[in-house]
Amino acid sequence: MGKVTGFKEFERKNISYAPVKERIKHYDEFITPLNKKEIVKQGARCMDCGVPFCHSSYGCGVANLIPRFNDLVYKGEWEAAFRTLMSTNNFPEFTGRICPAPCEGACVLGINDNPVNIKSIEYAIIEKAYKKGWMKPQIPKNKTGKKVAIVGSGPAGLAAANQLNKAGHSVSVYERDKRIGGLLRYGIPNFKLDKKKVVQRRVNLMKEEGVEFITNAHVGVDVSVKKLQKKYDALILCGGASEPRDLPISNRDAKNIHFAMEFLSQCNSKVEGESFSKEDEIVATNKRVVVIGGGDTGSDCVGNSIRQGAKSIMQIELMPKAPPIRDANNPWPLFPRIFKLSSSQEEGCDMDFNVLSKDFIKDADGNVSGINCVKIKWGEKGFDEVEGSEFVLKADLVLLAMGFLGPQQSGLIAELDLESDERSNVKTRGFATSKEGVFAAGDMRRGQSLVVWAINEGRECALEVDEYLSKKPSMLNSKDGSLYEYKVLKN
Amino acid sequence: MKPICLPRKEGLYDPEFEHDACGVGFVAHLKGEKSHDIVKKGIELLINLEHRGAVGAEKNAGDGAGILTQMPDRFMRKVTKELGIELPEFSHYGVGVAFVPRDVNAGVECQSIVVNVVEELGLEVLGWRKVPTDNETLAERVKAVEPYVYHLFVKRPENLTDAQSFERKMYVARKHIQTLVTKSKIAGTEYFYMPSMSYKTISYKGQLITEQLPQYFADLNDEDFESALALVHSRFSTNTFPSWPLAQPFRYLAHNGEINTLRGNINWMRARESMLKSELFTEDELDKIYPYLINEQKGSDSSVLDNVVELLTLAGRELPHVLMMMIPSAWKDEEMSEDLKAFYEYHATFMEPWDGPASVAFTDGKFIGATLDRNGLRPSRYSLTKDNILVMASEQGALEFPPEDIVLKGRLQPGQMFLADLDEGRIISDDEIKTKFSTAFAYRDWISSHKINLDDLVLNREVKQPNHKTILQRQKCHGYTQEDLKIILTPMANEAYEATGSMGNDAALSVLSNRSVNFYNYFHQLFAQVTNPPIDPIREESVMSLTSYIGEQGNLFQKVDESRKFIKLSSPILTNIQLEKLRGVNELDFKAKSIKILFDVDKKGSMQIALDEVVKEAEDAVNDKYQVIILSTRGVGKKKAAIPTLLATSAVHQHLVKKGIRTNCGLVVESGEAREIHHFATLIGYGANAINPYLAFETIEDMRQRKLINEDITHDKAVENYITAIGKGIFKVMSKMGISTIRSYTGAQIFEAVGVSSQLIDKYFTKTATRLEGISMDELEIETLICHSVAYPRENIESNDLGVGGEYAYRQRGEKHLFTPEVIFLLQNSTKTGSYETYKQYAKLVNSPENEEYITLRSLLDFTKQNPIDIDEVESIESIVTRFATGAMSYGSISKEAHTTLAVAMNMLGAKSNTGEGGEDKERFGTDANSKIKQVASGRFGVTANYLVNSQEIQIKMAQGAKPGEGGQLPGHKVDEVIGKTRHSTPGVGLISPPPHHDIYSIEDLKQLIFDLKNANKYARISVKLVSEVGVGTIAAGVAKAHSDVVLISGYDGGTGASPQTSIKHAGLPWELGLAEAHQTLVKNGLRSRIVLQTDGQLRTGRDLAIATLLGAEEWGIATSALVVEGCIMMRKCHLNTCPVGIATQDEELRAKYNGKVEHIINLVKFMAKELREVMADLGFRTINEMVGRVDKLKTKDNINHWKAKHLKLDKLLHKMHLRQSDTSYQSIPQEHDIDKALDNRLIELAKEAIDNKKPIKESIKLRNINRTVGTMLSAEMTRKYADDGLDEDTIYFKATGSGGQSFGAFVNSGITFEVEGDANDYFGKGLCGGKLILYPPKNITYNPNENVILGNVSFYGATSGKAYIYGLAGERFCVRNSGANVVVSAIGDHGCEYMTGGRVVILGEIGKNFAAGMSGGIAYIYDENSTLKNRINSQMVDLELIEEKKESDEIKSMVEEYLKYTGSKEAKTLLDDWDATLLKIIKVMPKDYKRVLANKPRVKDEQDVSA
Repeated sequence: MGKVTGFKEFERKNISYAPVKERIKHYDEFITPLNKKEIVKQGARCMDCGVPFCHSSYGCGVANLIPRFNDLVYKGEWEAAFRTLMSTNNFPEFTGRICPAPCEGACVLGINDNPVNIKSIEYAIIEKAYKKGWMKPQIPKNKTGKKVAIVGSGPAGLAAANQLNKAGHSVSVYERDKRIGGLLRYGIPNFKLDKKKVVQRRVNLMKEEGVEFITNAHVGVDVSVKKLQKKYDALILCGGASEPRDLPISNRDAKNIHFAMEFLSQCNSKVEGESFSKEDEIVATNKRVVVIGGGDTGSDCVGNSIRQGAKSIMQIELMPKAPPIRDANNPWPLFPRIFKLSSSQEEGCDMDFNVLSKDFIKDADGNVSGINCVKIKWGEKGFDEVEGSEFVLKADLVLLAMGFLGPQQSGLIAELDLESDERSNVKTRGFATSKEGVFAAGDMRRGQSLVVWAINEGRECALEVDEYLSKKPSMLNSKDGSLYEYKVLKN
Repeated sequence: MKPICLPRKEGLYDPEFEHDACGVGFVAHLKGEKSHDIVKKGIELLINLEHRGAVGAEKNAGDGAGILTQMPDRFMRKVTKELGIELPEFSHYGVGVAFVPRDVNAGVECQSIVVNVVEELGLEVLGWRKVPTDNETLAERVKAVEPYVYHLFVKRPENLTDAQSFERKMYVARKHIQTLVTKSKIAGTEYFYMPSMSYKTISYKGQLITEQLPQYFADLNDEDFESALALVHSRFSTNTFPSWPLAQPFRYLAHNGEINTLRGNINWMRARESMLKSELFTEDELDKIYPYLINEQKGSDSSVLDNVVELLTLAGRELPHVLMMMIPSAWKDEEMSEDLKAFYEYHATFMEPWDGPASVAFTDGKFIGATLDRNGLRPSRYSLTKDNILVMASEQGALEFPPEDIVLKGRLQPGQMFLADLDEGRIISDDEIKTKFSTAFAYRDWISSHKINLDDLVLNREVKQPNHKTILQRQKCHGYTQEDLKIILTPMANEAYEATGSMGNDAALSVLSNRSVNFYNYFHQLFAQVTNPPIDPIREESVMSLTSYIGEQGNLFQKVDESRKFIKLSSPILTNIQLEKLRGVNELDFKAKSIKILFDVDKKGSMQIALDEVVKEAEDAVNDKYQVIILSTRGVGKKKAAIPTLLATSAVHQHLVKKGIRTNCGLVVESGEAREIHHFATLIGYGANAINPYLAFETIEDMRQRKLINEDITHDKAVENYITAIGKGIFKVMSKMGISTIRSYTGAQIFEAVGVSSQLIDKYFTKTATRLEGISMDELEIETLICHSVAYPRENIESNDLGVGGEYAYRQRGEKHLFTPEVIFLLQNSTKTGSYETYKQYAKLVNSPENEEYITLRSLLDFTKQNPIDIDEVESIESIVTRFATGAMSYGSISKEAHTTLAVAMNMLGAKSNTGEGGEDKERFGTDANSKIKQVASGRFGVTANYLVNSQEIQIKMAQGAKPGEGGQLPGHKVDEVIGKTRHSTPGVGLISPPPHHDIYSIEDLKQLIFDLKNANKYARISVKLVSEVGVGTIAAGVAKAHSDVVLISGYDGGTGASPQTSIKHAGLPWELGLAEAHQTLVKNGLRSRIVLQTDGQLRTGRDLAIATLLGAEEWGIATSALVVEGCIMMRKCHLNTCPVGIATQDEELRAKYNGKVEHIINLVKFMAKELREVMADLGFRTINEMVGRVDKLKTKDNINHWKAKHLKLDKLLHKMHLRQSDTSYQSIPQEHDIDKALDNRLIELAKEAIDNKKPIKESIKLRNINRTVGTMLSAEMTRKYADDGLDEDTIYFKATGSGGQSFGAFVNSGITFEVEGDANDYFGKGLCGGKLILYPPKNITYNPNENVILGNVSFYGATSGKAYIYGLAGERFCVRNSGANVVVSAIGDHGCEYMTGGRVVILGEIGKNFAAGMSGGIAYIYDENSTLKNRINSQMVDLELIEEKKESDEIKSMVEEYLKYTGSKEAKTLLDDWDATLLKIIKVMPKDYKRVLANKPRVKDEQDVSA
């Protein structure tokens, strides 16, 4: 449990960021992790709860054994902590950086104190493991001879690949882009998750473990799904929920209005040395940037825009500003819906809430020059515009970061003629789609979500695929089940 | 002064008078003079002890009474003459007493069997005599099973030259008769029974109340009926339904107590049968004895004890010798002679103690005597008169003699024997008896040449070393979890202590778990409650023993066996070295055989095959003269898994028992599986003599190398610590059943199985209770293979760590729990927001688990829905909520804020909150924060007259779900100023609750305490809290017979502030079982209408309440769920004082975080009631009363597919018992407490002026032992008016003469004084809270008061203040848990001042053993005239000092001066005359803790003074 009275003795301490002035000059990660001594203290704050909410349905998406690794870290048993961490989470180096940490929101200490800094502990464990060389390729003892293709190399695809490879199946991952990682690679800014040092490091390890990666292979477009079905014993679709929510107001066709992902993926590609033609390139330099959407994606747009030297950045949000502390209807252990300045927002942007975009303003050249907005007021049945509150936002570049609607329906889904659910996600029973031998996981199945949930999807799907392939209960770890349970084959 | 009129003497015979007076006792003429007067006195004694017996639903249905006398030769001659039978001279004829069934066919059958057998054995039948009986006053129930009583006269044949051979022949006849009758197919023969058959003694007994005995048997009133002795017994039964044969005395003895180890003793006796050879019995005769050697089917523990005593006596040992063998005293004692120790050790090698509280009175016609077991928990007092009349009884004063006629008054001390030889005409002292038998043979020499200490064996084999490479695999294979390492093993290796846990158990029952569960976990530990006391294994370690012996036991009848050798084990846990020494044993023909208990993992069913082979192999080995059998799990690997060690052990043990060869060998287990205390306890309980837990040792070493064990702990130290911790743990498990020695625990099977098929149990765990069926070999094999497959997977898997476990705390991927994060959140949120809708979501999660996620038995039940009614017709929520109570949670274990919130909420609802055992701040009395239920637990913290009068219900806590049979400890740092005040103790000084109530060692004691408390507050309901276990139903019936108003059956899973993990997980049973058993038993006894039945234990929802009601409860308790509503998030850290939500903590900083609200609790209760009401409407019940016990509305869920749960059969749980017409299924008839007849009514009248107007009164009264609890009601009456302050000293002054009954002066408040000239019985001054008690012998006595006993046991138990002066010897456990009274006494018995926390005790003479054990406060002063007393003081917690300060010296001196003034003690005068010399001989017993606190105290006080 860490130390019995640790939570009374030690304060929570957070990681620190490099000063804004410094960090906006580059695209590198800018956090200063807590030192080992401090991490041990943070571990000591864990109360080893009789009912740890951190790994409940309100907490960690992969049900990390948080109290155990906190305790082991406190006791200096780093390697055991590492093993514990790896037994539930394939990619703690990702989640240790970018997870919004619902575990901390559910931490029991958070009822009346600051929660345990679980994320920093996770980060410390996995980075120590890399440093110490504990992160070695885990090459399966024997192979089953079964072959699995995974479409999409985002966190869900990678987690599924990692798990199935452990189980001895031969895994091939198909990726339409040039590089492996999906949103990890193209969505999340490099300054939050380093592509080469962190993402590629892990991809390389997986290659050594025997996972095959096939890039530039857009299944359903330039690779036939039917062929894959023949070649492989099972197919897992992890194509993500890449269909962005649009803002169909007038003058939407004006130039320099882009979906956030278009901008973010270019930013990330540039970090890895790619360049774009003038007409294709989206740049914020010296522009008045307006980001529509107050979420994490919006924030990522803000951070990149600052680094590109935007003239001004305005982020607007339809919803009201979240309260500084939990509302009565948002009690512990639910994910705290409170306002917190993101690191990117901290770097310099204006924000406005309760703002409805009425229409875009297009200049003579067809470029966007602004947005007609109005303030709104939220009531029980939705919102009303506030009379007389109309205003104009000047804009040279508008980035739409309003979330995602679901998977792309053309190509893959269409070719397989898969059933969808009411939210247009791929419909599954367990993880099995309506087509024999075809499974789906990640955002494509459950809709837009967090990386940690994507990892969980990949893991759980892998377990089901393993059972499908081997026709006996899987010995892979699952989120809820135990290896020590009496198992009967599902389905 | 007007004397109070005592009830007329004949009043004792008056059924209108109290139904109380008796137990076990005897009257004898020391010189052996026979007279009818002795018989009359015996009967009088019996009747005066009636209050110790019990009556059933019908007032005239007793549990049994009887008398055993010498053969009344003159009388027999007279009556046979009338029948035309001619008797030969005395000792040439025998009389068999027979209960012959009334049914004609059965009667004829039985009588003809008797005649045939007797004649076959060469005895001549002289004739039958139908004994005249008068059943007019017998209850209908008793008449229904009443037999005819016959005397059979037989003649000693010429060839039997001595009378003892004749006696033996009649014994064989009686045994054989019983065997043949049992075999008879004729209906009704089962009522046949022969109470006695002897030439020298005869018994008259029946299912009678004491006063019916002489009415029923006219013989006893005949002047010619003469005897020099009369042994009598009045029975209070709880553990068996009353029956004629079970009335006592038996042939040789009458027993007051309980044999806890009965099952083991019976098995061991069975195991010895084939070894029995005797010169005194022929083979043929032995064959006739065996089948009915132990009257197991029909017998009670006492009758079995009698059977074996009889066998061993007739086989050639003297009766006192036999009793010394069977009920040995503790022989660790330093003061005991080496010869006697050797005697005990010799006999220990072949006879395990018959363990349990026992006061046994015995006679063979020549000797009459009594013995007490090592714990001495039953009172036995004796006196001798000038006329040589010797009386022994459970109480003083049961026979009255003029004081001047008494020459001796004594008591039996623990482990002592008291013996009178009527031939020699003298009393033989304990010393003399024991010297005689211990020196009859050179036992010391025998021991030194036949005993081998294990450690002295030569090590001639390699010792296996830890293998860190394979350890993880092997741990997995044996089901080790992360929790085993962290929670179980680490604290044991570090600190030699078992881990403590809190908040009870809400994990799934083993049979409902989805996981592979250790087989041990299916076995639940049983524990003592009410009928026998648990022991304190820490403070009373002197009686405990882990020593056992391995080696052939030989022939039980042979007096000394020259040939055999044995190995002594000082602990049942063997190190690897010890095991290898044993494996390589090479002494004489000692040989060890290792047998692998492994099976093939590849083939289904191979576990059974392997087990059969193991059993066979063991049998062969024993037949091949191997004396050590080692069952081993070594060799587990890819292809081999281990048979569960417990299964293999019990299977082998029981097989060898059945083959009669078990006593030829020692059974040792080398197990990788055994690691926690419960594992060892079950293995030993099912027959293992010793266990080597090699993998636990390896794991500890592995952890040590990984630095998970404290750095300064070496390998050897870690192992030693672990073994010590296991030893302590086993002590605790044994002692909670009241068992002291591992030898009698071995094979005693003190467990109940839950979820195991009876087929498996019958085969391998014979006679263990398993009431619900469950898993069999198939599932057991699967469970084993699951672990094996994780350890040795055939596929690639990623598991590189142990499983999480999740048993002790909720963990994802771990065991299922009732409280999940989701459940807690919904419960808290619903009650906070007042949303019934959210509550329903919560209830749904709990009530209808998805995917067969069963956790509790009730989750397997469903309602049979019929006849729904409109909900408006159902009893209102407001009415239902009054049936709620909160569970007992003491202020001290939870914070003031949390405690008060509950009280206020419950009061607002009209429900009841419970103080818990920590007392209650008197500021709360009379306010809306006053808890209606005041608990009285073994610690008696803050139990004063004022506390009791401020209650509406007084709850006697017999046991607590989380740790039944155990005491508790509140560490000093938790005792702050307010808690100290509330508990009447010193802040900063630790407090210990003893495992037993020291005034409840038996059911009749409980009856007494109930009576005491009723006197202390006649308006309060009295409630008794029990914990579910097999047999709780009969205990509940006993409780009902003891006149309790309420009985609470708690589940084993209830919460706790702190308890050993073993107890939380493994002791007790779910409430469903206990409640159903209690309800059924009460209904069957016709007692249900007398008592409110309440239940608690993880009750969560209205559905739970509905099920509880249908199973028989009309009231319910909630505790954990209420705490959760107050903000508890099940941290399970209560014992660490770090509760982060300010509930289970006294830390100011944390308490500030408390956020619970009264309204939230009210919401919870109302929601639960509302949900219950919905169920009621569905089922068609308008009121709760209609619903109670309606099990027909419950059924087992359809379609249970869970792989284990599907084998359960719940029909016994749902059995509907026939309700008698006079009874109701809920409480409808108030108990008759009979306090309106108590002497106190008169005292209150006499003290009216004082109570009304504070005007002093002084009156004289006369006392008898039947006047129980004198002064208590008077005190209550006064306290109601004046609260704690009471009145000025001596305002109410009574001068009494005679014998004070039990509990004299209990809970007497300030201003009341009793001066008693005479003597008194047990519990004198119990809970004294300000009053003054003076006791001295009558002025005209001729004996020396300093050498004679004046006071019974357990005086001043739980006294909180007041004064007392006792001139004479007091019994054992004087001033136990005294927290403030100042007492002066002449001398006391064993265990004085145990657990004392305050007050001053001055002892002017001897003390017994184990003085000051667990004493944490107060000071005792002992006048040690001859410097002999120091080694009797248990100095674990106290320092011995001299008195140096004048102030202190003066204080003591003035106490002694007062003592002299009140009692006139000559000795006191002598001491005072030379006070300076006296002072030098006074030992001051100063608790270390107390001294430390006192040293700081003046400073604290000064500060307060300044601020004031």
